[in-house]
Amino acid sequence: MNAGQGRTVDNAAGSRPARRSFLAALLGLGAAVVGAVLSVPLIRMVLYPLLRTTTPESWSDVGSEAELGSASTPARKTILVEQRDGWRKVVSEKPVYVIKDPNGQLAVLSAVCPHLGCLVAWQADRDEFICPCHQGHFGADGKLLSGPPPRGMDRLDSKIQNGVLQVHYQYFRQLVPDKEVIG
Amino acid sequence: METDNSRSNLDNAADSAEAHGGLFSWLDRRTGLNSLLHIALDEPVPGGARLAYIFGSGLLFLFLSQVITGVFLLLYYVPAADHAHTTVAYITKAVTAGSFVRSIHAYGSSAVIIVLLLHMTQTFLYGSYKGRRDLLWVAGCVLFVLMLGMAFTGYLLPWDQKAYFATTVGTNILSEVPFVGGALKSLLRGGTEMGTLTVSRFFVLHVFAIPACIFAFVGIHVYLFRQAGAAGPIEPSKHPAELFYPRQVLLDVGFALAIMACLGLLAHYAPTELGPRANPADTQYIPRPEWYYIPIFQWLKYWHGALSVVGILVIPGIVALALLLLPFFDRRPERRPWKRPIAVTIYAAVFIALGILGGLSHRNDMRDPSTAAQIARQDKDEKVFMKEPFQPDLSGSSVAAVNTALTTDPLAAKGKTIFEAQSCNACHGDGGVGTAEAPKLVGVSAKFDIKKLEAILKQPSTAMVQGGMTPTDLKDEDLKALIAYVESLK
Repeated sequence: MNAGQGRTVDNAAGSRPARRSFLAALLGLGAAVVGAVLSVPLIRMVLYPLLRTTTPESWSDVGSEAELGSASTPARKTILVEQRDGWRKVVSEKPVYVIKDPNGQLAVLSAVCPHLGCLVAWQADRDEFICPCHQGHFGADGKLLSGPPPRGMDRLDSKIQNGVLQVHYQYFRQLVPDKEVIG
Repeated sequence: METDNSRSNLDNAADSAEAHGGLFSWLDRRTGLNSLLHIALDEPVPGGARLAYIFGSGLLFLFLSQVITGVFLLLYYVPAADHAHTTVAYITKAVTAGSFVRSIHAYGSSAVIIVLLLHMTQTFLYGSYKGRRDLLWVAGCVLFVLMLGMAFTGYLLPWDQKAYFATTVGTNILSEVPFVGGALKSLLRGGTEMGTLTVSRFFVLHVFAIPACIFAFVGIHVYLFRQAGAAGPIEPSKHPAELFYPRQVLLDVGFALAIMACLGLLAHYAPTELGPRANPADTQYIPRPEWYYIPIFQWLKYWHGALSVVGILVIPGIVALALLLLPFFDRRPERRPWKRPIAVTIYAAVFIALGILGGLSHRNDMRDPSTAAQIARQDKDEKVFMKEPFQPDLSGSSVAAVNTALTTDPLAAKGKTIFEAQSCNACHGDGGVGTAEAPKLVGVSAKFDIKKLEAILKQPSTAMVQGGMTPTDLKDEDLKALIAYVESLK
């Protein structure tokens, strides 16, 4: 390949083929190295959204501890979840259920069915959560009773701060037996 | 039939020969790469390679750098008045290497102007526009105007204070054009006032229309250059003609590397800043254009009333036309600058005059204490804004969600009525979105906690008092509600 290149350049220029092709190779190599260096900031710019460390954990208010603690059945609450979408901040409403765990502590369940993502409804008369899409049945504590869902309703991290119940809203992978965070 | 067969046999034979000749030879036969390289690289340079000839390729290199960095900036930029500033702030403050790439692009625009002037001056001094190179010069002049157009349209896009006000003044100049001035201005702005449609128009001009013209004219310019051949040295040279490759190529590459190194160092150590978001209601702001427009800006100050048409249109028009048509009335074959004293003197005089105008503008600004103070204040505002962390935009639908949520918090709801009863919204805007009189309160909770907010409300800082803020005199429970409301504004 080099010989061919050298010969043609030689024909055109009529002088010192070896030196010319060596210089051409050096120039080509130099251009490749400089080009690679120059493209580093551009590549970093493109990859920024992918390599960005996750947004700081955000906690959403659910309601006051006193009010929720006095309710007996699971209570449906709508929370506001703040998410970053590039340069925008999106605040969206998400439904959750507040229950009491066996120790009497407040706990928060995601209303998203772990089967295919429909919103599960609390049926007070039957004392069960029922998913309207494919008839998944869950107990008042969120445990799976019957139906196609692979696991019980997903419990969200929650804490109590200054008398207010707060929840860290997350999505979980559907159709798998174990709870797995996806965002 | 027979000839077809024999041709395909020949093709086959050629194909197998190519296989023996290696990859390059095959590629060459398919694409004509070698002859293309030959055309590009083996152009004779009369009198040998020189540093004086590096500016043209330097400009081409800079233009490509602008195109590439521009494309990457488009990954994040949104051309609309309500998002442009946020997205540029995002590029500058959040995106990795975003500030660096934006700085290369911004400084690159200045570099284009500098190298353009050098290229034009070299061409002028060498008398290279003469004779068969007349059209080549004209195409170059068109490219000059297109580049100035790129600088002008790109300046508005970040939609910060200086972008907004400099472009307001810049577009106002158009209304000096007799008869159609107002219409021209509205056409460029997309309305009588500057707004989101102005951003759209400037964006389309900056990203599609003008670059398309530049690509076309660069093609024409290079074609005409090759058609006419290089002008060579001013006086017959002892040196024989030399091919473009390798020595001139090496000089050009060295210049491109030097440009890149300068831009890289500037972008790294003195990144381009972004000012606060454009506030059309600001009556204090003193706009100043980029340095290369400052002499024109100063020039325009001297023309008032009926004469302004002369100063703004007629005289610059004559200068531009004289420059454009230079090769057609300067037809003497003489190229040595010392034998062309009139032409060289006029050329130098124009640039010295521009330099003096620029100096006068700077001196006027510095001598007037109120102007100097306001410009210093603007610079400080810019520094302050650059230090603030990036604030994301709240999407439209989210505002409704937050407002609905507010009604569920009785304390904040009470605070809202107090906010309105105390006329806080008169200056800080409904919902604390901010006005020309006072800054926005949305997102203030990130800066001040409840205690700090309470202290500030009771006893505002000197700067706040100067801005018209009055100390709040409320009962403790009302103050608590007001703070709850202000803290809820996100």
